[in-house]
Amino acid sequence: MPPLPSVAVIDYGMGNIGSICKMLRVIGATPVVTADPVVMAQADRILLPGVGHFDRAMANLHDLRLVEPIRRLALEDRKPVLGICLGMQLLCSSSEEGTQPGLGLINARVRRFEFSGPARLKVPHMGWTGLTVRKPSVLLHELDEVSRFYFVHSFYVECAEPSDVLAEATYGMPFVAALERGNIHGVQFHPEKSHRYGIQMFRNFVRSAL
Amino acid sequence: MTRARVIPFLLTSDSGLVKTRKFTNRRYLGDAINAVRIFNEKEVDELVLLDIDATTRGSGPQFGYVEEVLSEAFMPVGYGGGITSLQQIETLFKLGVEKVVLNTVLAEQPALLSEASRVFGAQSIVASMDVKRDLLGRRRAYIRGGTRKLDGDPIDLLKRWEQLGAGEVVVNSIDRDGMRQGLDLELTQQAASAVEVPIVAVGGAGHLGHVVAGLQAGASAIGAGSMFVFHGVHQAVLISYIDRNELTALTAAATSTTKASSQ
Repeated sequence: MPPLPSVAVIDYGMGNIGSICKMLRVIGATPVVTADPVVMAQADRILLPGVGHFDRAMANLHDLRLVEPIRRLALEDRKPVLGICLGMQLLCSSSEEGTQPGLGLINARVRRFEFSGPARLKVPHMGWTGLTVRKPSVLLHELDEVSRFYFVHSFYVECAEPSDVLAEATYGMPFVAALERGNIHGVQFHPEKSHRYGIQMFRNFVRSAL
Repeated sequence: MTRARVIPFLLTSDSGLVKTRKFTNRRYLGDAINAVRIFNEKEVDELVLLDIDATTRGSGPQFGYVEEVLSEAFMPVGYGGGITSLQQIETLFKLGVEKVVLNTVLAEQPALLSEASRVFGAQSIVASMDVKRDLLGRRRAYIRGGTRKLDGDPIDLLKRWEQLGAGEVVVNSIDRDGMRQGLDLELTQQAASAVEVPIVAVGGAGHLGHVVAGLQAGASAIGAGSMFVFHGVHQAVLISYIDRNELTALTAAATSTTKASSQ
Protein backbone atom coordinates (compact mmCIF):
# COMPACT_ATOMS: atom_id res chain seq x y z
CA MET A 1 0.00 0.00 0.00
CA PRO A 2 1.31 3.47 -0.80
CA PRO A 3 2.10 5.62 2.22
CA LEU A 4 -0.69 7.87 3.37
CA PRO A 5 -0.42 11.36 1.96
CA SER A 6 0.77 13.84 4.54
CA VAL A 7 -0.73 17.29 4.86
CA ALA A 8 1.16 20.11 6.52
CA VAL A 9 -1.43 22.12 8.41
CA ILE A 10 0.16 25.50 9.01
CA ASP A 11 0.01 26.43 12.66
CA TYR A 12 0.25 30.20 12.97
CA GLY A 13 -2.11 30.80 15.85
CA MET A 14 -5.27 31.43 13.86
CA GLY A 15 -7.58 28.74 15.15
CA ASN A 16 -9.67 25.81 14.04
CA ILE A 17 -6.93 23.30 13.40
CA GLY A 18 -8.60 20.59 15.50
CA SER A 19 -11.52 19.95 13.15
CA ILE A 20 -9.30 20.03 10.07
CA CYS A 21 -6.95 17.39 11.49
CA LYS A 22 -9.89 15.27 12.56
CA MET A 23 -11.33 15.25 9.06
CA LEU A 24 -7.93 14.58 7.47
CA ARG A 25 -7.59 11.49 9.67
CA VAL A 26 -11.07 10.35 8.66
CA ILE A 27 -10.01 10.26 5.01
CA GLY A 28 -6.80 8.44 5.82
CA ALA A 29 -4.33 11.30 5.50
CA THR A 30 -1.72 12.25 8.06
CA PRO A 31 -2.03 15.80 9.33
CA VAL A 32 1.23 17.40 10.41
CA VAL A 33 0.60 20.57 12.39
CA THR A 34 3.65 22.73 11.88
CA ALA A 35 5.16 26.19 11.53
CA ASP A 36 8.45 24.81 10.19
CA PRO A 37 9.14 25.36 6.47
CA VAL A 38 11.37 22.26 6.37
CA VAL A 39 8.50 20.09 7.57
CA MET A 40 6.17 21.79 5.10
CA ALA A 41 8.54 21.07 2.23
CA GLN A 42 8.41 17.38 3.06
CA ALA A 43 4.63 17.17 3.18
CA ASP A 44 2.58 16.13 0.13
CA ARG A 45 0.10 18.96 0.58
CA ILE A 46 0.03 22.36 2.28
CA LEU A 47 -3.08 23.51 4.07
CA LEU A 48 -3.48 27.09 5.28
CA PRO A 49 -6.39 27.29 7.72
CA GLY A 50 -7.54 30.49 9.36
CA VAL A 51 -10.20 32.20 11.35
CA GLY A 52 -9.83 35.79 12.48
CA HIS A 53 -8.43 39.08 11.35
CA PHE A 54 -6.50 39.49 8.08
CA ASP A 55 -3.74 41.77 9.38
CA ARG A 56 -3.23 39.75 12.52
CA ALA A 57 -2.91 36.60 10.42
CA MET A 58 -0.34 38.22 8.09
CA ALA A 59 1.55 39.60 11.10
CA ASN A 60 1.70 36.10 12.58
CA LEU A 61 2.95 34.65 9.29
CA HIS A 62 5.65 37.35 9.14
CA ASP A 63 6.64 36.80 12.78
CA LEU A 64 7.03 33.08 12.10
CA ARG A 65 9.02 33.89 8.91
CA LEU A 66 6.56 31.87 6.85
CA VAL A 67 5.61 34.31 4.10
CA GLU A 68 8.52 33.62 1.76
CA PRO A 69 8.60 29.85 2.41
CA ILE A 70 4.88 29.54 1.63
CA ARG A 71 5.28 31.57 -1.56
CA ARG A 72 8.25 29.44 -2.61
CA LEU A 73 6.48 26.14 -1.88
CA ALA A 74 3.50 27.29 -3.90
CA LEU A 75 5.21 29.00 -6.83
CA GLU A 76 8.53 27.17 -7.24
CA ASP A 77 7.98 23.71 -5.76
CA ARG A 78 4.40 23.84 -7.05
CA LYS A 79 3.15 21.97 -4.04
CA PRO A 80 -0.65 21.73 -3.86
CA VAL A 81 -1.85 24.42 -1.46
CA LEU A 82 -5.33 24.82 -0.04
CA GLY A 83 -6.39 27.93 1.86
CA ILE A 84 -9.55 27.69 3.92
CA CYS A 85 -11.73 30.70 4.79
CA LEU A 86 -9.33 33.40 6.01
CA GLY A 87 -6.58 31.12 4.64
CA MET A 88 -8.08 31.59 1.15
CA GLN A 89 -8.21 35.36 1.63
CA LEU A 90 -4.55 35.41 2.69
CA LEU A 91 -3.61 33.93 -0.72
CA CYS A 92 -4.80 37.19 -2.29
CA SER A 93 -3.06 40.52 -2.81
CA SER A 94 -4.90 42.70 -0.30
CA SER A 95 -7.94 42.97 1.92
CA GLU A 96 -10.37 45.69 2.94
CA GLU A 97 -10.14 44.18 6.41
CA GLY A 98 -6.65 45.52 6.87
CA THR A 99 -3.69 47.37 5.45
CA GLN A 100 -1.14 44.55 5.18
CA PRO A 101 -0.51 42.97 1.78
CA GLY A 102 -1.51 39.31 1.52
CA LEU A 103 0.62 36.43 0.26
CA GLY A 104 -0.03 37.60 -3.29
CA LEU A 105 -0.36 34.13 -4.80
CA ILE A 106 -3.65 35.00 -6.45
CA ASN A 107 -4.40 38.28 -8.17
CA ALA A 108 -7.44 39.18 -6.15
CA ARG A 109 -8.59 41.51 -3.45
CA VAL A 110 -10.74 40.82 -0.45
CA ARG A 111 -13.80 42.98 0.04
CA ARG A 112 -16.40 43.45 2.75
CA PHE A 113 -20.05 42.54 2.23
CA GLU A 114 -22.01 45.80 2.21
CA PHE A 115 -25.77 45.64 1.95
CA SER A 116 -28.20 48.51 2.30
CA GLY A 117 -31.93 49.07 2.40
CA PRO A 118 -34.61 47.88 4.81
CA ALA A 119 -34.38 44.23 3.73
CA ARG A 120 -30.58 44.20 3.79
CA LEU A 121 -28.84 40.92 4.47
CA LYS A 122 -27.06 40.27 7.75
CA VAL A 123 -23.28 40.27 7.87
CA PRO A 124 -21.47 37.95 8.47
CA HIS A 125 -22.85 35.55 5.93
CA MET A 126 -23.37 32.46 8.00
CA GLY A 127 -24.88 29.20 6.91
CA TRP A 128 -25.12 26.45 4.30
CA THR A 129 -24.97 27.28 0.62
CA GLY A 130 -24.61 25.38 -2.63
CA LEU A 131 -22.00 26.10 -5.29
CA THR A 132 -22.17 27.11 -8.92
CA VAL A 133 -19.18 25.49 -10.56
CA ARG A 134 -17.33 27.70 -13.07
CA LYS A 135 -14.69 25.30 -14.35
CA PRO A 136 -13.86 21.61 -14.05
CA SER A 137 -11.50 20.69 -11.24
CA VAL A 138 -10.33 17.65 -9.37
CA LEU A 139 -11.06 19.54 -6.17
CA LEU A 140 -14.80 19.32 -6.84
CA HIS A 141 -14.80 15.74 -8.05
CA GLU A 142 -18.10 14.00 -7.21
CA LEU A 143 -19.56 17.18 -5.80
CA ASP A 144 -22.58 18.74 -7.50
CA GLU A 145 -25.33 21.36 -7.13
CA VAL A 146 -26.88 19.35 -4.32
CA SER A 147 -23.68 19.56 -2.29
CA ARG A 148 -23.77 22.22 0.37
CA PHE A 149 -21.07 23.85 2.42
CA TYR A 150 -20.88 25.83 5.61
CA PHE A 151 -19.87 29.47 5.26
CA VAL A 152 -19.12 32.05 7.89
CA HIS A 153 -17.49 35.26 6.67
CA SER A 154 -17.90 39.02 6.45
CA PHE A 155 -15.38 39.41 3.61
CA TYR A 156 -15.24 37.81 0.19
CA VAL A 157 -12.66 37.42 -2.55
CA GLU A 158 -12.91 39.29 -5.82
CA CYS A 159 -10.65 37.71 -8.43
CA ALA A 160 -8.97 40.00 -10.97
CA GLU A 161 -8.68 37.08 -13.37
CA PRO A 162 -11.98 35.31 -14.05
CA SER A 163 -10.13 32.11 -14.96
CA ASP A 164 -9.07 31.76 -11.31
CA VAL A 165 -12.69 31.38 -10.20
CA LEU A 166 -13.51 27.74 -9.54
CA ALA A 167 -16.97 28.09 -8.03
CA GLU A 168 -19.33 30.80 -6.92
CA ALA A 169 -21.99 31.00 -4.26
CA THR A 170 -24.66 33.64 -3.77
CA TYR A 171 -25.26 35.88 -0.80
CA GLY A 172 -27.14 38.88 -2.06
CA MET A 173 -24.76 38.69 -5.02
CA PRO A 174 -22.52 36.03 -6.50
CA PHE A 175 -19.11 35.79 -4.85
CA VAL A 176 -16.08 33.52 -5.21
CA ALA A 177 -16.65 30.42 -3.08
CA ALA A 178 -13.62 28.55 -4.41
CA LEU A 179 -10.63 29.58 -6.47
CA GLU A 180 -7.98 27.64 -8.30
CA ARG A 181 -4.86 28.69 -10.14
CA GLY A 182 -2.73 25.69 -11.00
CA ASN A 183 -1.64 24.08 -7.75
CA ILE A 184 -3.08 26.89 -5.62
CA HIS A 185 -6.59 26.45 -4.24
CA GLY A 186 -8.78 28.34 -1.86
CA VAL A 187 -12.24 27.79 -0.45
CA GLN A 188 -14.25 30.42 1.39
CA PHE A 189 -16.37 27.79 3.13
CA HIS A 190 -15.33 25.40 5.86
CA PRO A 191 -15.03 21.90 4.39
CA GLU A 192 -14.04 20.63 7.84
CA LYS A 193 -17.53 21.64 9.05
CA SER A 194 -19.46 20.50 5.98
CA HIS A 195 -20.38 16.89 6.70
CA ARG A 196 -19.81 14.40 3.86
CA TYR A 197 -19.45 17.16 1.27
CA GLY A 198 -16.43 18.52 3.10
CA ILE A 199 -15.06 15.02 3.58
CA GLN A 200 -15.30 14.47 -0.18
CA MET A 201 -13.54 17.75 -0.91
CA PHE A 202 -10.69 16.93 1.45
CA ARG A 203 -10.44 13.51 -0.15
CA ASN A 204 -10.18 15.18 -3.57
CA PHE A 205 -7.46 17.51 -2.37
CA VAL A 206 -5.43 14.82 -0.67
CA ARG A 207 -5.93 11.78 -2.85
CA SER A 208 -5.84 13.23 -6.32
CA ALA A 209 -2.85 14.23 -8.36
CA LEU A 210 -3.46 17.93 -8.71
CA MET B 1 -29.20 31.08 -1.63
CA THR B 2 -28.26 30.41 1.94
CA ARG B 3 -30.73 28.29 3.83
CA ALA B 4 -31.95 29.31 7.24
CA ARG B 5 -30.14 27.36 9.92
CA VAL B 6 -31.93 25.09 12.35
CA ILE B 7 -29.78 24.29 15.35
CA PRO B 8 -30.22 21.65 18.04
CA PHE B 9 -29.26 23.11 21.43
CA LEU B 10 -27.91 20.45 23.76
CA LEU B 11 -27.63 21.05 27.48
CA THR B 12 -24.94 19.19 29.33
CA SER B 13 -24.72 19.15 33.09
CA ASP B 14 -22.76 17.47 35.84
CA SER B 15 -25.09 14.50 35.37
CA GLY B 16 -25.00 14.22 31.56
CA LEU B 17 -27.29 15.45 28.81
CA VAL B 18 -30.47 17.05 30.14
CA LYS B 19 -33.44 19.05 28.94
CA THR B 20 -35.07 21.74 31.04
CA ARG B 21 -38.45 23.48 31.20
CA LYS B 22 -38.27 27.18 31.99
CA PHE B 23 -34.64 26.58 32.92
CA THR B 24 -35.61 24.17 35.73
CA ASN B 25 -37.14 20.67 35.90
CA ARG B 26 -34.10 18.97 34.43
CA ARG B 27 -34.83 15.72 32.71
CA TYR B 28 -31.94 13.33 32.12
CA LEU B 29 -31.66 12.25 28.48
CA GLY B 30 -28.50 10.17 28.27
CA ASP B 31 -25.01 10.52 26.96
CA ALA B 32 -24.05 13.65 25.00
CA ILE B 33 -21.54 11.83 22.81
CA ASN B 34 -24.19 9.43 21.52
CA ALA B 35 -26.56 12.31 20.87
CA VAL B 36 -23.93 14.22 18.91
CA ARG B 37 -23.12 11.10 16.89
CA ILE B 38 -26.79 10.80 15.89
CA PHE B 39 -27.07 14.50 15.05
CA ASN B 40 -23.95 14.13 12.93
CA GLU B 41 -25.54 11.27 10.99
CA LYS B 42 -28.60 13.42 10.45
CA GLU B 43 -26.34 16.13 8.99
CA VAL B 44 -27.69 18.93 11.12
CA ASP B 45 -26.83 22.50 10.12
CA GLU B 46 -25.04 23.27 13.35
CA LEU B 47 -24.99 22.21 16.99
CA VAL B 48 -24.79 24.22 20.16
CA LEU B 49 -23.53 22.61 23.32
CA LEU B 50 -24.19 24.46 26.56
CA ASP B 51 -22.74 23.30 29.86
CA ILE B 52 -25.37 24.67 32.20
CA ASP B 53 -23.45 23.80 35.38
CA ALA B 54 -20.13 25.33 34.32
CA THR B 55 -20.69 28.85 35.69
CA THR B 56 -21.79 27.50 39.08
CA ARG B 57 -18.91 25.04 39.13
CA GLY B 58 -16.60 27.98 38.48
CA SER B 59 -13.70 26.00 37.06
CA GLY B 60 -14.17 26.90 33.39
CA PRO B 61 -15.07 24.66 30.44
CA GLN B 62 -14.33 20.95 30.74
CA PHE B 63 -12.00 20.74 27.76
CA GLY B 64 -11.54 16.98 27.82
CA TYR B 65 -15.26 16.44 27.72
CA VAL B 66 -15.76 19.01 24.95
CA GLU B 67 -13.06 17.32 22.89
CA GLU B 68 -14.64 13.92 23.40
CA VAL B 69 -18.07 15.18 22.37
CA LEU B 70 -16.62 16.96 19.33
CA SER B 71 -14.87 13.84 18.10
CA GLU B 72 -18.23 12.83 16.61
CA ALA B 73 -19.04 16.18 15.00
CA PHE B 74 -18.39 17.19 11.39
CA MET B 75 -20.53 20.28 11.53
CA PRO B 76 -20.09 23.68 13.16
CA VAL B 77 -20.37 23.41 16.91
CA GLY B 78 -20.87 26.27 19.31
CA TYR B 79 -19.86 25.85 22.92
CA GLY B 80 -21.05 27.85 25.90
CA GLY B 81 -20.66 27.54 29.64
CA GLY B 82 -18.21 28.93 32.18
CA ILE B 83 -16.05 30.89 29.74
CA THR B 84 -14.17 33.73 31.43
CA SER B 85 -10.89 34.17 29.53
CA LEU B 86 -9.31 34.57 26.10
CA GLN B 87 -7.12 31.59 26.80
CA GLN B 88 -10.13 29.34 27.34
CA ILE B 89 -11.60 30.57 24.06
CA GLU B 90 -8.38 29.84 22.22
CA THR B 91 -8.29 26.32 23.67
CA LEU B 92 -11.88 25.73 22.58
CA PHE B 93 -11.09 26.81 19.01
CA LYS B 94 -8.06 24.50 18.96
CA LEU B 95 -10.34 21.64 19.98
CA GLY B 96 -12.48 22.35 16.91
CA VAL B 97 -15.21 24.52 18.37
CA GLU B 98 -16.46 26.93 15.70
CA LYS B 99 -18.11 29.50 17.95
CA VAL B 100 -18.10 30.32 21.60
CA VAL B 101 -21.33 31.33 23.30
CA LEU B 102 -20.96 33.95 26.04
CA ASN B 103 -23.64 34.76 28.58
CA THR B 104 -22.77 35.43 32.23
CA VAL B 105 -19.37 36.88 31.37
CA LEU B 106 -21.03 39.52 29.15
CA ALA B 107 -22.36 41.22 32.24
CA GLU B 108 -19.57 40.40 34.67
CA GLN B 109 -16.61 41.10 32.38
CA PRO B 110 -17.83 42.81 29.18
CA ALA B 111 -14.28 43.60 28.05
CA LEU B 112 -13.84 39.91 27.20
CA LEU B 113 -16.43 40.25 24.44
CA SER B 114 -14.58 43.05 22.67
CA GLU B 115 -11.17 41.44 23.18
CA ALA B 116 -12.35 38.06 21.93
CA SER B 117 -14.02 39.61 18.93
CA ARG B 118 -10.90 41.54 18.02
CA VAL B 119 -8.58 38.57 18.45
CA PHE B 120 -10.67 35.77 16.97
CA GLY B 121 -13.06 37.62 14.66
CA ALA B 122 -16.65 38.58 15.40
CA GLN B 123 -18.09 35.63 13.48
CA SER B 124 -16.91 33.20 16.13
CA ILE B 125 -18.15 35.12 19.15
CA VAL B 126 -21.81 34.67 20.05
CA ALA B 127 -23.57 36.75 22.69
CA SER B 128 -26.39 34.86 24.32
CA MET B 129 -29.25 36.50 26.16
CA ASP B 130 -31.73 34.69 28.38
CA VAL B 131 -34.97 36.64 28.66
CA LYS B 132 -37.83 36.34 31.13
CA ARG B 133 -40.92 38.48 31.66
CA ASP B 134 -41.36 40.06 35.07
CA LEU B 135 -44.68 40.41 36.93
CA LEU B 136 -45.47 43.55 34.97
CA GLY B 137 -44.93 41.74 31.70
CA ARG B 138 -41.69 43.57 30.92
CA ARG B 139 -38.89 41.53 29.43
CA ARG B 140 -35.65 41.39 31.36
CA ALA B 141 -32.32 39.79 30.55
CA TYR B 142 -30.82 37.23 32.90
CA ILE B 143 -27.42 35.66 33.50
CA ARG B 144 -26.18 32.78 35.63
CA GLY B 145 -28.67 30.28 34.24
CA GLY B 146 -31.64 32.60 34.58
CA THR B 147 -31.00 33.37 38.25
CA ARG B 148 -29.63 36.90 38.10
CA LYS B 149 -31.57 39.72 36.51
CA LEU B 150 -29.80 42.49 34.60
CA ASP B 151 -30.94 46.10 34.69
CA GLY B 152 -32.29 47.80 31.63
CA ASP B 153 -34.01 46.93 28.42
CA PRO B 154 -32.85 43.66 26.81
CA ILE B 155 -32.87 45.20 23.33
CA ASP B 156 -30.51 47.98 24.49
CA LEU B 157 -28.22 45.32 25.91
CA LEU B 158 -28.24 43.47 22.59
CA LYS B 159 -27.22 46.64 20.76
CA ARG B 160 -24.42 47.17 23.25
CA TRP B 161 -23.15 43.63 22.79
CA GLU B 162 -23.24 44.07 19.04
CA GLN B 163 -21.16 47.25 19.40
CA LEU B 164 -18.70 45.39 21.61
CA GLY B 165 -18.19 42.86 18.83
CA ALA B 166 -20.70 40.03 19.02
CA GLY B 167 -20.96 38.44 15.57
CA GLU B 168 -24.19 36.66 16.33
CA VAL B 169 -26.81 36.89 19.05
CA VAL B 170 -28.81 34.11 20.67
CA VAL B 171 -32.08 35.23 22.19
CA ASN B 172 -33.49 32.58 24.49
CA SER B 173 -36.88 32.85 26.15
CA ILE B 174 -36.79 31.37 29.65
CA ASP B 175 -40.60 31.43 29.90
CA ARG B 176 -40.92 29.34 26.77
CA ASP B 177 -38.00 26.97 27.33
CA GLY B 178 -39.14 23.35 26.95
CA MET B 179 -42.80 24.30 26.56
CA ARG B 180 -43.03 23.53 22.83
CA GLN B 181 -45.71 26.19 22.35
CA GLY B 182 -43.86 28.47 19.98
CA LEU B 183 -41.06 31.04 20.08
CA ASP B 184 -41.34 34.56 21.46
CA LEU B 185 -41.97 36.15 18.07
CA GLU B 186 -42.30 39.70 19.35
CA LEU B 187 -38.91 39.47 21.03
CA THR B 188 -37.41 37.89 17.91
CA GLN B 189 -38.78 40.68 15.74
CA GLN B 190 -37.52 43.42 18.05
CA ALA B 191 -34.10 41.83 18.32
CA ALA B 192 -33.78 41.25 14.58
CA SER B 193 -34.63 44.82 13.72
CA ALA B 194 -32.40 46.27 16.45
CA VAL B 195 -29.11 44.65 15.43
CA GLU B 196 -27.35 43.93 12.14
CA VAL B 197 -25.83 40.60 13.13
CA PRO B 198 -27.73 37.31 12.77
CA ILE B 199 -30.25 36.40 15.47
CA VAL B 200 -30.74 32.85 16.69
CA ALA B 201 -34.18 32.55 18.29
CA VAL B 202 -34.44 29.87 20.97
CA GLY B 203 -37.05 28.76 23.43
CA GLY B 204 -40.41 27.22 22.64
CA ALA B 205 -40.11 25.66 19.19
CA GLY B 206 -42.20 22.48 19.18
CA HIS B 207 -42.74 21.83 15.50
CA LEU B 208 -41.79 23.06 12.05
CA GLY B 209 -44.57 25.66 12.02
CA HIS B 210 -42.87 27.38 14.97
CA VAL B 211 -39.55 27.31 13.14
CA VAL B 212 -41.07 28.95 10.07
CA ALA B 213 -42.80 31.60 12.23
CA GLY B 214 -39.48 32.42 13.92
CA LEU B 215 -37.75 32.82 10.58
CA GLN B 216 -40.57 35.01 9.33
CA ALA B 217 -40.12 37.17 12.43
CA GLY B 218 -36.58 37.90 11.30
CA ALA B 219 -34.43 35.23 12.95
CA SER B 220 -31.50 34.00 10.84
CA ALA B 221 -31.55 30.70 12.66
CA ILE B 222 -33.77 28.80 15.05
CA GLY B 223 -32.48 26.81 17.98
CA ALA B 224 -34.44 24.08 19.69
CA GLY B 225 -33.97 21.42 22.31
CA SER B 226 -37.16 19.51 23.14
CA MET B 227 -38.23 19.42 19.51
CA PHE B 228 -35.18 17.32 18.66
CA VAL B 229 -34.87 15.11 21.71
CA PHE B 230 -38.46 14.22 22.60
CA HIS B 231 -41.05 12.36 20.60
CA GLY B 232 -44.81 11.94 20.94
CA VAL B 233 -47.31 12.89 23.62
CA HIS B 234 -45.42 10.99 26.29
CA GLN B 235 -42.22 12.85 25.47
CA ALA B 236 -40.16 9.73 24.98
CA VAL B 237 -36.49 10.42 24.37
CA LEU B 238 -35.80 10.15 20.67
CA ILE B 239 -33.21 12.13 18.73
CA SER B 240 -34.62 13.58 15.52
CA TYR B 241 -34.08 16.48 13.15
CA ILE B 242 -36.16 18.48 10.73
CA ASP B 243 -37.06 17.31 7.27
CA ARG B 244 -35.32 19.91 5.14
CA ASN B 245 -37.73 19.57 2.21
CA GLU B 246 -40.70 20.03 4.46
CA LEU B 247 -39.16 23.17 5.96
CA THR B 248 -38.47 24.58 2.49
CA ALA B 249 -42.05 23.89 1.41
CA LEU B 250 -43.51 25.44 4.58
CA THR B 251 -41.26 28.49 4.29
CA ALA B 252 -42.26 28.99 0.66
CA ALA B 253 -45.94 28.63 1.56
CA ALA B 254 -45.63 31.10 4.46
CA THR B 255 -43.79 33.60 2.27
CA SER B 256 -46.42 33.49 -0.45
CA THR B 257 -49.19 33.90 2.17
CA THR B 258 -47.41 36.95 3.61
CA LYS B 259 -47.04 38.42 0.15
CA ALA B 260 -50.68 37.76 -0.72
CA SER B 261 -51.97 39.31 2.51
CA SER B 262 -49.83 42.40 2.15
CA GLN B 263 -51.14 43.14 -1.33
